[in-house]
Amino acid sequence: MGLKKTRSFFSGDKQRAEMRIIKKAVLVETPDTRIVKVDVYAPLIAGKARPGQFVVLMVKEEGERIPLTVVGTDERAGNITLIFQELGLTTKLLGKLNEGDSLYALTGPLGRETDIKKYGKTILIGGGVGIAEIYPVAKAMKEAGNRVDVIIGARTRAFLILEDELKAFSDELYTATDDGSYGEKGFTTDILRTLLAGNSGSAAKDVMVYAVGPIPMMRLVSSITGKLKIKTLVSLNALMVDGTGMCGSCRVSVNNEVKFSCVDGPEFDGHQVDWEELDKRNRIYRDKEKHVCRLNRL
Amino acid sequence: MTKKSIKPDELNPSVRTNDFSEVLLGYNEAQAREEAMRCLQCKNPACVAGCPVGIDIKKFIFQIVEKDYRAAYLTIKKKNNFPSICGRVCPAEYQCRKACVLTGKGSSFASERAINIHLLERFVGDWGMRNLKDGNTVGPETESVSGKHRDAAAVVGSGPAGLCCAGELARSGIKVVMFESLHKTGGVLRYGIPPFRLPQEVLDFEINYLKKLGVEIRTNVVMGKAMTLDELFKDGFSCVFLGLGAGTPSFLGVSGENLCNVYSANEFLTRVNLMSAFKFPEYHTPINTGKRIAVIGGGNTAMDSARVALRLQKINNITPDVNIFYRRTEKEMPGRRPEIQHAAEEGIKFEFLVQPVGFEGDKEGRLEKIKFLRCRLGEPDSSGRRRPVPIEGSVFEKKCDIAIIAVGLGANRVLTKVTPGINVDKWGDVLVDPETMQTSLSRVYAGGDIVGGEGTVIEAMGMAKKASAAMIKCLRP
Repeated sequence: MGLKKTRSFFSGDKQRAEMRIIKKAVLVETPDTRIVKVDVYAPLIAGKARPGQFVVLMVKEEGERIPLTVVGTDERAGNITLIFQELGLTTKLLGKLNEGDSLYALTGPLGRETDIKKYGKTILIGGGVGIAEIYPVAKAMKEAGNRVDVIIGARTRAFLILEDELKAFSDELYTATDDGSYGEKGFTTDILRTLLAGNSGSAAKDVMVYAVGPIPMMRLVSSITGKLKIKTLVSLNALMVDGTGMCGSCRVSVNNEVKFSCVDGPEFDGHQVDWEELDKRNRIYRDKEKHVCRLNRL
Repeated sequence: MTKKSIKPDELNPSVRTNDFSEVLLGYNEAQAREEAMRCLQCKNPACVAGCPVGIDIKKFIFQIVEKDYRAAYLTIKKKNNFPSICGRVCPAEYQCRKACVLTGKGSSFASERAINIHLLERFVGDWGMRNLKDGNTVGPETESVSGKHRDAAAVVGSGPAGLCCAGELARSGIKVVMFESLHKTGGVLRYGIPPFRLPQEVLDFEINYLKKLGVEIRTNVVMGKAMTLDELFKDGFSCVFLGLGAGTPSFLGVSGENLCNVYSANEFLTRVNLMSAFKFPEYHTPINTGKRIAVIGGGNTAMDSARVALRLQKINNITPDVNIFYRRTEKEMPGRRPEIQHAAEEGIKFEFLVQPVGFEGDKEGRLEKIKFLRCRLGEPDSSGRRRPVPIEGSVFEKKCDIAIIAVGLGANRVLTKVTPGINVDKWGDVLVDPETMQTSLSRVYAGGDIVGGEGTVIEAMGMAKKASAAMIKCLRP
């Protein structure tokens, strides 16, 4: 009978093994924060995750459930790659785990995948740790036959991650730093404005802009492209609990309709997102987050 | 004339609201026997027909009288694998107790005189939990289970329906793997029902019973995302049961509903019950509380939310101020009477015939007040209850820091959306053959709230039992 075919879902040990950190690399280290990359053994997710999708994980039983974008998959090895900046308690605790340690919970892939197709010209914009999140999309857009222009930006040179990796899939790659320590001094949106100059009207028809980063960046990108009527997708970072459409913590207003980021998103038409509301909702627990970080001396 | 019913001990409202301890203490042995002796042992017991899973109530009550608690436990277990859960959360006043001969004909719910069947069931279940440490697998059917499995069934969802179906299949010697999307099992019993109504240890004990029966539990798997039903069959499963629940919270669709501190009941309860936000910062999931809390709705979820909210206020040294706003009157409230009564005892206030029309916030986007319209009752609607009709010009405001919206739940479509050929109705509920609970797909069955909309735990179990019987037939023709 077919049972021998059944993948070993079964023993508790295997489940633990299925959330083990296989590889860990610190991509950025500064006195106040780090950006860390981990490969986690998660064969079910590795076999399914598509660009744009995310996982929800817990570091320990007392922990929070947080969403993280799947940056890459290695289906043969059964691994997924996650890249995160140590900002809140959970990402700081996650950063403390080492190779061989296991997560407490890991589920996915969640959310809808990016609509990968031939648009013509795509401009992908990543800000801060959002650079990691545009990486799988850039790769897939290139494979789908698009021109891929990439703009990445960060506050300073140290935070500009994945530049070489992204170069491999981009026709042009532009960099910006707030302090001018690398690339253009200024913001990704400044470069976008330059690139789009002359791209209004019919020329804008074949352009697609994809942006992931801090809310002010995505908002400004959407405002720039909105005036030019250029299709723009943004990947939102709303607060989540279950990540499966059960709680509504991540609800956002899109075109005046209530949407759940976890199941209806995380990508939405940037021109229709109520940014003000998202920004406010994302601050709901800011004081508590600071408090719990202090308590844990993190 | 029969004696008056035996009241179970309860924690005093002022004490119990300081934490999440169980409110209803249940019967001790003497109380249980005294209550059991009130049973008339009818020749044709109507109570049995009133139980969605057909427990031989008359028999187990007699066994309590006889002090043969082990036998009573086995009698219940024959039909219901989870006596300690059902004894706590079954709305007995609409089921077995309503059918009890002591209720009298034609009453819409149980009379005070009806035997407290649920409390007796709980007594027996808890007796088993204490005294049959390994032995909660005992039972005539289970002894015959050997290590050999000819077929495997996948159960999707570990809530009431999934738990029941998994138990029934495993007891028939069928290999079962139960998949759960969250990191803990139990579904709504874990994330929805607060520990003061159903302690986590009770839930753990009853679920542990399934593990002893050989059920494999696989948490963190979102079916439809990590795997499809097709892949389950390819992986060697011969039959699938869908106990997906009613997981999508409804909102009111009024302005300001996305303000900070406006929660769906599902989010509020999940943060507290599943994620233990009431133990913040020891547990890391936060939840906000405030001076004035409004709960919108009149069902059990509204009662649970209000009682959780009140406890959070006390834990945070805030003078309790929780108000339930319901658009009909007390009579039409869908919540269980004992729950409404418990809420009232704890100091929760009720305002009837009011309907929220908008939420307003401060410049940080935090909730400050709710605007309501007063209502009057009109003609009965499709539910048979009189419809609330808003009164024009009756708008008024209530200051409020936290609002919890408990106005119902719908189907979660994550799995059905990606499953070709599965028929659902316009609300996303899965359509089944009512006799076998089979869906429009061969070898795929469903039960619980994903079929019937919001029902009770025991109704879900009743559907799961029907489905499991058909699945056993399918696997063992």
